[in-house]
Amino acid sequence: MTTLTKNKITESFLEAAHLTKAENLVALQQKGIDFLKNEGLPAQKAEEYKFTHLSKKLEANISNFGAASKASLNAEQVKAELIADLDAHLLVFNNGQLDLELSSFSEDNYTLKSFADLSAEEAQKIGTIAKVEKDPFAALNTTSFEQGTYIHIAKGKVVEKPFQVLYFNQANGGQVISPRIYIDAEANTEATFIEKIISLDEAAYFLNSVTEVKVSDNSHLHYYKIQNESTSAIEVNNFVTDIHRDATFSAFTLSLQGDMIRNNLSLNLLDSGCEGNMYGLYLLDGNSHVDNHTNVDHTMPHADSNELYKGILGDKSRGVFNGKIFVRQDAQKTNAFQQNNNILLSDDAIINTKPQLEIWADDVKCSHGCTTGQLDDEALFYLQARGIGKEEARGLLLYAFAGEILDHIKIEAFKEYCISLVQERLGNL
Amino acid sequence: MLSIKNLHASIEGTPILKGINLEIKPGEVHAIMGPNGSGKSTLASVLAGREEYEVTEGEVTFNGKDLLDLNPEDRAREGVFLAFQYPVEIPGVSTTNFLRTAVNQVREYRGQEQLDAVKFLSLMKEKMKLVEIDQKLMSRALNEGFSGGEKKRNEIFQMAMLEPTLSILDETDSGLDIDALRIVSNGVNQLKSPDNATIVVTHYQRLLDYIVPDFVHVLYKGRIVKSGSKELALDLEEKGYDWIKEDVDGASV
Repeated sequence: MTTLTKNKITESFLEAAHLTKAENLVALQQKGIDFLKNEGLPAQKAEEYKFTHLSKKLEANISNFGAASKASLNAEQVKAELIADLDAHLLVFNNGQLDLELSSFSEDNYTLKSFADLSAEEAQKIGTIAKVEKDPFAALNTTSFEQGTYIHIAKGKVVEKPFQVLYFNQANGGQVISPRIYIDAEANTEATFIEKIISLDEAAYFLNSVTEVKVSDNSHLHYYKIQNESTSAIEVNNFVTDIHRDATFSAFTLSLQGDMIRNNLSLNLLDSGCEGNMYGLYLLDGNSHVDNHTNVDHTMPHADSNELYKGILGDKSRGVFNGKIFVRQDAQKTNAFQQNNNILLSDDAIINTKPQLEIWADDVKCSHGCTTGQLDDEALFYLQARGIGKEEARGLLLYAFAGEILDHIKIEAFKEYCISLVQERLGNL
Repeated sequence: MLSIKNLHASIEGTPILKGINLEIKPGEVHAIMGPNGSGKSTLASVLAGREEYEVTEGEVTFNGKDLLDLNPEDRAREGVFLAFQYPVEIPGVSTTNFLRTAVNQVREYRGQEQLDAVKFLSLMKEKMKLVEIDQKLMSRALNEGFSGGEKKRNEIFQMAMLEPTLSILDETDSGLDIDALRIVSNGVNQLKSPDNATIVVTHYQRLLDYIVPDFVHVLYKGRIVKSGSKELALDLEEKGYDWIKEDVDGASV
């Protein structure tokens, strides 16, 4: 009953909803459709999306609601985007679908398959971590993903080389691109993912991705992401992890450009001894809008979470940071730290920052804080008074601010790459 | 070397300096004293090029150049050094990195070759001895978490690294205990040469026992109201500033 939907854009999406080729997942998709029918995409006043009006943005820019077509993409284009000196398993996503011809990986210590080839047992897992009812865009992705990708790391295996995951996205008349990934890391495993999102042209597309990650007991996963898209790119990504006993998960997000980007990052700390880390850096100019919504759920005793997000905003850019921390009654001896610091370089730049802590346990250490300021004139003068040119001094100060986040990158080649991107951006801010 | 003529400066429309005249020659040490709010730090800030102050009248020439026409970094490169009253803490920038950038930018301006890492470190080691500064501070973020004494020593250390021709010490002695004061003064004295000059801005005579001035000037209400030899500082120590205030305020009535 489309009459129940809340807004026009939801109807357009629902009309285009198409069943996946993976029969095991049809029931899940139907759940997504039902959810959207009942709830719709967020209305203007929806609390969770009140600074990031995606429905309006999509209505104005997206018109091709059908399945995304495959872009003509060649090896040269892929090569141009590779991170220098990074020895990695290369996964290339072409408009949301894994492109096996352009990818290059050897399945040592892990296996990779399309959702269409999942066993009934494996298919059961999809949608259990990123649940449709948690977020309307996760539900939307569920109605329209084509061939999801399932990565399985068997018990005790260490994937030595990182995965380099390149998402190539094409506008194609304002199309919708819906990648869906499930990473199943069994107990005692280790892996690192480096994801880069690339726009193939300058027009608008809507990239609506869902990544579900299961980090089983005593496993250690690192996930790095760079968002440096076209100024027309619209993106929502729902990234949800279940973190089990003694496991560690670290997320790093560097956002440099996009028309409107919303990152929903959720860490479910499901057992004792586990640790979740979230680091984010957004350096924005022009009209870029980046919204980081993070969610940490402490459910059991003796788990730690650390969160540090920093932003530098110039021109008419806008940043949103919303950090939720839940500490449930059983989660005694929790350590949860959250910090968000911002520098506004122009009068027209905006940051909305909001920590949200809900603590039900009584023996915990939790802290949060946020600051928003301008570049420190006194510090600038101090450096100038020592003979350092104003531009150089400004760069030094901004880089010092941003560098604290980059220090959390553990892969040297990737760190170098990020440093060069950050320095280039700071030079122009 | 430095010639200040009829210098007037104001901050947010409030006049602070109301006609300063001062001539400084190479090799000289000038002390500028005066009660709180007399404009001592303003004078130091105006010379270093702090933007909040507006020069409304007068001129300052430094080695023949119009100093007021230069931006702060070029003043530093020309050889003016301000030791800050309150050195700024700069998280994320290590003292070593900061100084290497500064030294090389100054050298570039002066047409000297850049120092590579090895030469820079050996220069640093040599200068560190002057102010007995701990190597550990060098790898830490600039001034962050430094004690008051460490910050002031770091100022003099930076001065030693940049080899200025005119050093302005803005209340470098404030808050220092006697040991730190000796170390800082000793550093300044060792850097003195017939080619460079020092302006010592201070509230207390005690510093001048260690850094002996050739001239002492008393600043009051934005003007130099009295100049003399180092004995003037001793008079001020004994009698305070009231007699000077009375002289000036009485005369102007």
